[in-house]
Amino acid sequence: MSILIDQTKRVIVQGITGREGMIRAELMKNYGTNVVGGVTPGKGGQQVIGVPVYDTVQEAWEELGSIDVSVLFIPAPLVKSAAMEAIEAGVKLLVIVPDRVPIYDVLSIAALARDRGAHFVGPNTLGVLSPDKAVLGMMGGRAASAREWFFQGPVGITSRSGGITSSMAYYLAQEGIGATTLVHVGGDAVVGLPHPEVVKLYEQDPETKAVVMFGEIGTTQEERVAELIASGQFTKPLIAFVGGKAAKSGTRFSHAGAIVEGNRGTHAGKVGALREAGGHVVDSFSELPHRTKEILQDMGVL
Amino acid sequence: MARLHEFQGKALLAQHRIPVPRGRAAATPEEAHAIAEDIGAPVMVKMQAWVTGRAGMGGIKKAATPDEAAAAARGMLGRRVKNFTVDWVLVEEQIQIEREFYAGIIVDDVSQAPMMIFSSIGGSGIEEIAVEHPDKVARTTIDVVRGLQDYQARDLARRAGIKGKLLNKLAGTLVRLWHTARDTEARAAEINPLALTADGRLLAADCRVTVDDYAIFRHKELGIEIAREMDRPPTELERIAYAVEANDYRGTFFFLQLHEDRQEGEKVVGFHGAGGGGSMMTMDAVLQRGYKLANFVDTSGNPPASKVYRAAKIILSQPGLDGYFGSGSGVASQEQFHSARGLVKAFLEEPLTVPAVIRLGGNAEDEAVEILERVNGIIPAPVEGYRKDDSPDFCAGRLDALIEGYRAPAETPAGRVRPPVVKPYRFETVTGGSVTLDHARCSECETRVCIEACARKILSLNDEGLPVLNVTPEEAKKGRCIECLACDVECYFHGNRGGFVDLPIEGLDEYRDRLGH
Repeated sequence: MSILIDQTKRVIVQGITGREGMIRAELMKNYGTNVVGGVTPGKGGQQVIGVPVYDTVQEAWEELGSIDVSVLFIPAPLVKSAAMEAIEAGVKLLVIVPDRVPIYDVLSIAALARDRGAHFVGPNTLGVLSPDKAVLGMMGGRAASAREWFFQGPVGITSRSGGITSSMAYYLAQEGIGATTLVHVGGDAVVGLPHPEVVKLYEQDPETKAVVMFGEIGTTQEERVAELIASGQFTKPLIAFVGGKAAKSGTRFSHAGAIVEGNRGTHAGKVGALREAGGHVVDSFSELPHRTKEILQDMGVL
Repeated sequence: MARLHEFQGKALLAQHRIPVPRGRAAATPEEAHAIAEDIGAPVMVKMQAWVTGRAGMGGIKKAATPDEAAAAARGMLGRRVKNFTVDWVLVEEQIQIEREFYAGIIVDDVSQAPMMIFSSIGGSGIEEIAVEHPDKVARTTIDVVRGLQDYQARDLARRAGIKGKLLNKLAGTLVRLWHTARDTEARAAEINPLALTADGRLLAADCRVTVDDYAIFRHKELGIEIAREMDRPPTELERIAYAVEANDYRGTFFFLQLHEDRQEGEKVVGFHGAGGGGSMMTMDAVLQRGYKLANFVDTSGNPPASKVYRAAKIILSQPGLDGYFGSGSGVASQEQFHSARGLVKAFLEEPLTVPAVIRLGGNAEDEAVEILERVNGIIPAPVEGYRKDDSPDFCAGRLDALIEGYRAPAETPAGRVRPPVVKPYRFETVTGGSVTLDHARCSECETRVCIEACARKILSLNDEGLPVLNVTPEEAKKGRCIECLACDVECYFHGNRGGFVDLPIEGLDEYRDRLGH
């Protein structure tokens, strides 16, 4: 099994005629994603990578039938409108790739998503990939690379850094460890599916035996994962690395988030909370694959 | 996040009909004198600096007369406070505070909504208040579409222990604070203290407003120069870099100078990361070898080659580097030859005189390393490219070894410049650059490598066998030409050197001339 995406889900790409949209739509299709169409206002009627382009998401829905997922390659200032369009049309999962989406726009998208029972990954995400099944966004970059780097196995991956998502999966694969799904939750202060939500999805997935997480300073995501472990809502082993120990000025540490939460958001606070709850936190990124292997071997999974 | 000064925040509050003490900002003691005269009563002079505890450092003073106000301003203006020079003081009426409250809005990542926090005790930080007096602090999330309703604000105040007429008065202020935050797209907006005066007025005695970096583009009225959290004003080079980023939405380019005052015996490396997480991790590998970093750079999110080129030029405009280190997470989704071409063009033009090690792991890494290492033998310094299976530590070790073994030439050879053009074919690009193909050279080119190498395949041979656009120049300028630099770099190595891409960086030449660099 996998979470969020597999080859059966019907996917559209908003912004499919753009520089990124076109290349990544091709990646998705070539990897096995069921890309059924695309949307670019004013460019309806064209064909891109062999799928039809529509002017609106509503039109795509009417012509193609129900759509499970929309992946957005849209300039940041236009994301709010495009995301709301997809949610209103009935799409239940969005992957919002662009960086620099204004935070109140994200909050507006989140409010509508809650209202309609929809979810979104990102903004500022590389996407989601279930090895040998399907990819959303741009993870892997090329279908051939994604096939070479990632394979199926027992760990669920969740990361706040895009590059680290792929590199964690790759370096785990070098130790012979495959993954159910790779999720880049996105690098922003407010993301649609933060670590705790992803971890809950992995808890429900019988094939995920352990979760490997890349955390970072800022926000409360890692602390909330620690709470899930402590309260028994997440019961599988968690192996984590928290980046940003040495980060100084210039990092996007969210002081606004820390102000009400006391110690939350700091590197020490996150590592402490995860360890106290029973998570396995490694001090060096390079220890991550080996430590994961040991734990899986102890469980008899490897 | 873009922070506003107290006086700027108060101006926003006043626009939203939240009363603030009468007063204005002054940049000189004379202005402070004049404002105090206007007020016609004893005033407060408040240093405008992004620090807490201004009173303790003499940054908040009472002045009974305009002369005293001018003297107080003189003592504050020009002071260095945490890397910033004080440019402004706020001169405002003194108020008789009877009671203090706290009101703030933050963006809460858990509820994915704005959150208002109100405390019936003000003064110190909300964090401490919440610990000492949990019953005095109340919070509520705000529906971003409907906004904060007055009844919600009343209930918030009630839960913090407010009763009577004051409840209505406070609720009105809280609703207006919400509007201030929403209209300016504030990541955080705090009034602390929110003061009840002896004569029954509710005034914002101090405030902090931080605006969302990503929303600055639609708030020109705020006059924010660089929408990034920093603990000092931006350097000139940072301003130049920020303009590059602002004019090119493709991918991300983040530039921060870390180390400007070089000490004797220190070794300094220009750092060029790719991806936030990977950059942070690989920086450590360089630091562990005892190097200082001149800067932090992140070019990621699939930037075009031109953006990587401009980043490299800016990094190399810092004097006194001993080496250049580039690395990402190791397994990049983006096709790494774009970055390689950007680096090669920059290294050739400089020419690069310090050793460089670039970890290009990810898509098309073999091709990227091959492109990168072509510069060896042409430029004075050695350049090595590495792949995803080469660890950051190994790469840092290679740079260390190259720096140890390297002797810069006594005289730096001239770098690559645009050759004189006989028969130019020219079109413009999306970031104000231009592509020039010298058809006199092209006509003698045996490979016509530009046709095949162009990432977007927008070049074709015309009837005379010369490369021309197969889209209109307008389309090329609108972004069909992604500035992949293949018609420049590939032509240089495999063609007849007829292709050149000009990519101006506003202000950089002037900056370098002034440094004599």
